[in-house]
Parts: sequence; C-alpha cells; structure tokens
Amino acid sequence: MKARRKKKRNIMPYLLISPYALFFIVFVAFPVLFSFVLTFHKWNIISPMEYSGIENYERMINDRLFWKSLRNTVWFLIIHIPLQIVFALGLAIFLNGKIKFKGLFRSVFFLPVIVSGVVVTIMWQQLYGLNSGVINHLLTSIGLGRVGWLTNPALAMPSIAIMATWKNVGLYVILFLVGLQAVPAHYYEAADIDGASAWQKLWYITIPAINPTIFMVVILSTIGGFSLFIEPYVMTGGGPLNSSLSSVLYIYKQAFEFYHMGYAATLGFAFAFIILIIIIIQKKYIEKKY
Amino acid sequence: MASLTPEKQIGGLVFFPDNITFDNYSAMFGKIPIGRSLLNSIFVSSVITFGVILIAAMVGYALAKTKFRGRNFIFYLIIFTMTLPFQITLIPNYITIVKLGWVDQYTALIIPFLVNNFAILMFRQSFMSIPQALIDAARIDGCSELRIIFQVLFPSLIPTIVTVGILTFMTSWNEVLWPLIVVRDEMVMTMPQLVTLFSVGGRADAQLGVKLAAAVLLALPIMIAYSFFQKYFIQSMASSGIK
Repeated sequence: MKARRKKKRNIMPYLLISPYALFFIVFVAFPVLFSFVLTFHKWNIISPMEYSGIENYERMINDRLFWKSLRNTVWFLIIHIPLQIVFALGLAIFLNGKIKFKGLFRSVFFLPVIVSGVVVTIMWQQLYGLNSGVINHLLTSIGLGRVGWLTNPALAMPSIAIMATWKNVGLYVILFLVGLQAVPAHYYEAADIDGASAWQKLWYITIPAINPTIFMVVILSTIGGFSLFIEPYVMTGGGPLNSSLSSVLYIYKQAFEFYHMGYAATLGFAFAFIILIIIIIQKKYIEKKY
Repeated sequence: MASLTPEKQIGGLVFFPDNITFDNYSAMFGKIPIGRSLLNSIFVSSVITFGVILIAAMVGYALAKTKFRGRNFIFYLIIFTMTLPFQITLIPNYITIVKLGWVDQYTALIIPFLVNNFAILMFRQSFMSIPQALIDAARIDGCSELRIIFQVLFPSLIPTIVTVGILTFMTSWNEVLWPLIVVRDEMVMTMPQLVTLFSVGGRADAQLGVKLAAAVLLALPIMIAYSFFQKYFIQSMASSGIK
C-alpha cells in the first residue's frame, strides 16, 4: 500500500507538467528546428519543399526592402525610446510629488495601455489625417500649412513612434513610479543640505538610482519596436514608399501575401538575431552597476 | 467613469460634430458580422484564460512543490521560451496549424495560447510561498495532488489568479496578428481582427463614422472591465512589465 502510493506520487509530477511538455514540443522545439530547416528551402506550402541551399540568405543580403524595414525599425527606436523615457519619467516624477487626483491621473494615463492597438491606431488616424485630421485642422486654423503626417515618407515612421509612445507611456509611468519610490529619501535630504539644484538631484541621484528601470524600459521598447505590426498595417500599410514598413509587417507580407515561407522564416531568424545583438549592446552601455 | 474621458475628448473633436446619431452603429452591424465576432472574442478569450490558469497552476505546482528528475531542466526551458522572439516561431506555427487542419477553427485561436510561460512562473512563485506543512497535512489526509492544488491551495492563491486572469484575458482579447494569419472565415474571426480588416480593407473608407463606431465597440468591453478592476489591471501590468 505504502509502496504503491509512493510510486503514484512519483509519476504525478510528470503528469502535471505533461501539458507543458506537449506544448513545448509542438509550439517551441519543433518550430525552431523546422524554421531553421525552412531557411534553406523554397516553399509556398502547396507544392513540395524545394532545397535551395543558402539562396534565401543571399537574397536577404541583397534585398533592399529587408534593409529598409530594418532601418525603419531602428529609426522608430531612435525616436521612440528617448521620447518614452523622457515622458514616462517626467510624468512619474510629477505623480510622485504631492499632487491632487494622483489616482485619477494614473488611471487616465494607463487607459491606452489596455486598449487594443487597433483602436488606438484608428483614433490616431483621425488626428493625423491630411485633409480632415484634427492636428492639421488646428494647424490651418492658426494659419499654418497642412503636414502630411502619414503621407510624407520622412514623417510616417516618426508619427507612428509618437503614437506608440502615447499608447505605452502609462505602463512605463507605473514602472518608473515603483523605481522612484525605492530611492531612499535621505539621498535627497543630503543633497538639499549641500544645496543641490533640482536638476542636479535628477541627474546625479534619481537617474542613477533608477538605472535598472531605465534599462528595462529600453529593452521592452526595443522588443516592442521589433514587434510593431498592427500600427503600420492599419495606418499606412507600410507606405508611403515603404517608409513605415516594419520588420514584422515585412515578414507578414512575404509569408502571407507572397507565400514565400522559406524566405519569411529566414527573415524571422535574422530579425531575432538582430534583436539579440541590439539588446546585448544596450546591456553593455546602459546598464550600470553602482 | 473618469477613465472614459480621454477617448471621449478625442472622439468629441472628430466624431459626430453636428449631430449625435446611432446610424453608424446600425450601419456597422449591417456591414460586418460584428456581433458574431464579439461572441467569438468572448468565447476564445474566456477559454484561453480558464485554460491558462488551470495548466499554469498544475505546472507551477509541480515545479514548486514536487521533486522529480528534470525539474530544473523544465524551469530553464520555460525561461528560454520566454526570451525566444516570436518572429522565429510565427511561420512554422502557421504551417503546423495548416497541417493539423485547424485553419478557420477555434482550436487554432485557442490551443497555441493555452500554455503561458509567464503564468507558470507566477504560479510557481506563489506556490513556493505556501508552507510545505499544509501540503504534507493534506497528503496524509489522503488528498490527491489535483485536489491539493485546486481545492486546498487555490483559495490562498486568489491574487495570483486575478493577476494571471486579467493579463491573459486582456492579451488574448487584443491579439490581432495570429488571428489574421490562421483565420480567413468571417464567422470565426475575433473582434479586433474583424475591425482591423474592416479598416484596412477599404470597406470603411467611405464611412469614417462606421469605422470609429467599430473601434469604440472593440474598446468598450476592456474599458468596462478596467473601470471595475482598475487597481488590479495596473498592479498586474506592473508586475509583468509586458505590453
């Protein structure tokens, strides 16, 4: 009796983790291996797979649109990350002070975070519109000209980056608030005694103290930038002149508009590798040990 | 209520400047099966949320409170999977769905999301903080492991269940890319997917009001949930750091 129960307990853990094991094999291990195999093949799903050696890789190196989508994503990150940190940190410092309606502000800032990206994008389309957009309406009413927020190739990606900043700022405000509350108050008291200005306190106390949060925001925004899909898909379709073609949108187009499965898998691998490299670089230069 | 203001303010500027009308809403119901997609979304998100809690609790318990060979290995696999960019698995997972014959089926929308690594780690963490004596006592009383998890320990895990529930429901409600890939049949489409296709497909171009009505309807359920559980939403998101 005792032995039987012991045996039963021994297989129980394996039964409990079996759903995970099954999931891992079907949706993680197999796809990663298969994806790697796919990068050496041409395949449109319908006809049989065709071995093509390193053709997909060669094609990628010479693919103007691959480099374009990479440049667009990096351009997005260059605008989005600093903007995100400045706004989120600014708002967090503001909310950390003694102000009224703190909770109300927090919940209003947080609202765009929980709403679907589709909704946010449709809303911002009405702001950015060329002829009927709210922003251009305001600009023309004070005597300025119209701006092609989404129709000018130089502005499409920055416009999307501003929208993404607005959508996510609430989440990062919360993260920064948690970070700010962990900074010991006596640091600021000591600085006050030494006569430090508010700016010096921000630069020499707050920012170093919340370095881990800043690093986390940078990483999350980077991953977010490389996951950018629905915003350009709905807003611009990747245009004008592919100026807002994001990395995931390009994979999507190759796979599900042209049915180039092998090439799309190659792009997936390349972008994953690039994300890894960018994060390693960010870790080296942004994360500081104090 | 206050949480509704920003949408209304921006909406107020462009929405129905001259007269307020519900024509746009009725036009939307006539144009696309939006009601059906609402039910689809509720069904898919609820099943995913329920399944994620169930499976994550089981796996989390096994990792925290039982000893077996390969336990650390499974733990590291979970960490590895969490850091794996989805760009790598997107294409092969689509092919798997095609080969399983799940295209245009609810299974394609549900099954791949039933295991959630983040939820497993959350449950593991909370099970670890439960005293071993409680589990031993239940075992001596002859409780099966499943009864220990779901009857004895669940009441003390409410905060974790709420956090995982909110995050899972919200992410699956807002998921667009995967449905776009595996579902082409309008009757199976989720709501964000249908609204997305409606707004890029050119069908809405002539009627801006209809497009905006669709967006409002899509945002409404999550916003209602948010107005009730605001605090939990913010806490959950802060604890995960995900978007």
